[in-house]
Amino acid sequence: MTVTAGWYLALAAVIFVIGAGGMLLRRNALVMFMSVELMLNAANLSFVAAGRQLGLLDGQAAVFFVMVVAAAEVVVGLAIIVAVFRRRATASVDELSGLKG
Amino acid sequence: MVELVLFVIFALAALLGAVTTVWARNPVYSALGLMLTLFSVAVFYVSNGAHFVAAVQVIVYAGAVMTLFLFVIMLVGVDRSEDRRENLPVQRPLALALLALFGAGVLVAGRFVWVTGEEFPGAAIGTVERLGSDLFRRWVLPFELTALLLIIAAAGAIALGMFRRGEEGGGEDEDEEGAA
Amino acid sequence: MEASEVMVSLLILLPLGGSALLLAVGRRLPEPWAGLLGTLTVGAGFVLAAIAGWDFLTGGGHATPVPWFDWLAPLGVSAGLLWDPLSALMALVVTGVGSLIHLYSIGYMKGDPRFGRFFAYMNLFVASMLILVLADGFALLFVGWELVGLCSYLLISFWFEKPAAAAAGKKAFVVNRVGDAGFLVALMLVFAAFGSLNYEEVLGRASGELSTGLATAITLLLLMGAAGKSAQFPLYVWLPDAMEGPTPVSALIHAATMVTAGVFMVARTGALFDLAPASAAVVAGVGIATALYAATIAVAQHDIKRVLAYSTISQLGYMFAGVGAGAYVAGMFHLTTHAFFKALLFLGAGAVIHALAGEQDLRRMGGLWRKLPITAATMVVAWLAISGIPPLSGFWSKDEILATIFARGGAWRVIWVLGLVTALLTAFYMSRMIYLAFFGEKRWAEGVHPHEAPRVMTFSLAVLAVLSLGAGVVNTPWRPGLEHFLEPSFEGMEMAHLPSAGTQWVLAAISAGVALLGILLAAAAYLRGRRPAEEGAAWDLVRRGYRVDEGYARVFAAGGGAMARFAADTVDQKGVDGLVNGVGVLVRTVGERLRPLQTGFVRQYGLGIVAGAVALLAWFLSRGGF
Repeated sequence: MTVTAGWYLALAAVIFVIGAGGMLLRRNALVMFMSVELMLNAANLSFVAAGRQLGLLDGQAAVFFVMVVAAAEVVVGLAIIVAVFRRRATASVDELSGLKG
Repeated sequence: MVELVLFVIFALAALLGAVTTVWARNPVYSALGLMLTLFSVAVFYVSNGAHFVAAVQVIVYAGAVMTLFLFVIMLVGVDRSEDRRENLPVQRPLALALLALFGAGVLVAGRFVWVTGEEFPGAAIGTVERLGSDLFRRWVLPFELTALLLIIAAAGAIALGMFRRGEEGGGEDEDEEGAA
Repeated sequence: MEASEVMVSLLILLPLGGSALLLAVGRRLPEPWAGLLGTLTVGAGFVLAAIAGWDFLTGGGHATPVPWFDWLAPLGVSAGLLWDPLSALMALVVTGVGSLIHLYSIGYMKGDPRFGRFFAYMNLFVASMLILVLADGFALLFVGWELVGLCSYLLISFWFEKPAAAAAGKKAFVVNRVGDAGFLVALMLVFAAFGSLNYEEVLGRASGELSTGLATAITLLLLMGAAGKSAQFPLYVWLPDAMEGPTPVSALIHAATMVTAGVFMVARTGALFDLAPASAAVVAGVGIATALYAATIAVAQHDIKRVLAYSTISQLGYMFAGVGAGAYVAGMFHLTTHAFFKALLFLGAGAVIHALAGEQDLRRMGGLWRKLPITAATMVVAWLAISGIPPLSGFWSKDEILATIFARGGAWRVIWVLGLVTALLTAFYMSRMIYLAFFGEKRWAEGVHPHEAPRVMTFSLAVLAVLSLGAGVVNTPWRPGLEHFLEPSFEGMEMAHLPSAGTQWVLAAISAGVALLGILLAAAAYLRGRRPAEEGAAWDLVRRGYRVDEGYARVFAAGGGAMARFAADTVDQKGVDGLVNGVGVLVRTVGERLRPLQTGFVRQYGLGIVAGAVALLAWFLSRGGF
């Protein structure tokens, strides 16, 4: 059997779900962040697979941009985590419930 | 044939990496798992004809972003293992249920043509030249905007680093290499 | 001399100007001057009216339209006056009797803190009444109609410190309004049918263009308005209460002029009533019924003014019976003579009240002829006139109405009989009043020193007495002067006819006999020191006007009050307010309920995002496409 784009999409879906689970269920800020990266990668994978399916380069261009944005996001996010850690000496997101209604 | 083999091996690797990222106790292990997944995905890019993007993935993601992560892990406490008990009562079951649903939904959706689109067997090889011409012609505006975005991110990081009360001056330099 | 447009317009403008002037500076004028000014404007009006109307007397002259200005241009309604014999007659009565009453008031209202204002209102009233009678169409008629209603309110509640007076003024206005509602609908119908409100156009085209049904509807509605203004059943209840106002007001407005506006209006629009015989019959029926009804109530009254009030209602009923039967001339004739002797009766009653320092109860009068000879003499003249004793004026006018009704035959004879019964009662209660007030033993309280009224008051009494005595000559069967005078106004209308000469003699004898009988019965009951107790449930019921007032209060006032309370409390406070407040409460409650969603835990927010994504996915899948 040949490997069709559908396989990649299915794989991407699984990786995405795993990443989402990590985001929802881990308390460590860094691990949460890494889970988010997982989700982004899964999305990128599906972009590329779809691009191949449709015979367009648009998918890869999209991946390019996603990567740039993800990188920028990581920079700022980690800076925030570091700043928070300096103030509170904790990496647990549950401690940061100051915006409680 | 080749692709099938590659797919199976690296799919397993990717899954292993993903699970490790999410499950490991030690954040360093999580980071390593993530690296594994990233490399596997790069392989997938190649087998899908996205050569340039694969290279960028390895250099930027695996190279720079993960390095950044590891730096921060060292800073923030590598030896702290977090409490495994879930203190938000409904979180675990609800999250699992919802994610199961979501996954099922996406998998089901993938069967429909109106989701995936018609198969169009054209050659979509993402060489530097071809992708570059696309980027600089069709997508030139978003391209320039991302440059702006990167500058902002860098400035933001420096600002965050410098903002503290009564501690030694000099912010940590969050280094960053953007895409070319 | 020809009636010029200026002369006719001045008739209205003079008292109007007088009123404005008196309102502005009346307070600063020393006492008699304000009164003299008021009298002057009305008196001058009388002179002008006489000059302007001279031509009509000689049979020459023609109706003079006096256009004023375009009023409601989009509707094509213009304001203007019409000077013809009918309006001339009314103008003469209004200004003539009016000026006498103004003169009298100078004496009556002496010492009143709002002396000047009184004359301002009286002048305004005269101006309004003249607008009403001189109008060339329904539009201006209605303006005058409403204005006299306003003046009536102002004058009835002139002594507004008295709660009874204030209430009476309100009551008059409100009851009038009820009638006016019908009047207004009638005007709308007229306009819808003819596209104009001008008398010439409407009355001229009526016979050709108006169907019987529509004519009946219009005339019945007009009757509703007239019933309100002229105090016919069931809208009469305001008139007895209106006696709270100063006596000159009662004389002018509620005896001689305003209340006759309804009769005038029916006469003016006679062409319409000719097309609707059913309505005319209703008019006559209502009129005679009211006449009899009010006469019975008058018998039981203790207050001298209330006797006269019910008497007015009763005599107005006669006039309506007359014009309803087609005897327009007779109706107007009685209107004129009634103006004389009723005004005289009221002014005389005023003199009595003035003499007794405010006493109005007949039980505390008696034997006044010795102390107030002039007043007594004039009152006797008025009494005989209203009772219908020949050859005084009242006999001629009342008899003409009755004779005309008799001549119509058939069912109208019933009305004739009722008219005779009413005449009997009229003679009876008037005699009772005179006997109790002027004859017999003195019954007034200690410390009261009755004295004759000052000359300024007795002058008017004397003039009116002369008129009441001799005005009959204006329209006798041998020389129907009034009929000829009014002929041009009633051109083309179906007029009722008098019976043959022989029959007329018989009828006249019957009328006079009935009147005499009434006087003698009353003498038997009330003279020579006899005074029946007039007690008991039946007397009480009649004295209270058969409790109609109380019935109205219960049904309408209480009902209206209940509705208002319901609207204010339930609908407005609970309903509308509740709704508005409820919105606020709702928003706040929703906010409070939704607040716990903000737990502060990022992971739970993430959960929400995922849940939303799942929902979205499910929706798209169910739709099978984007």
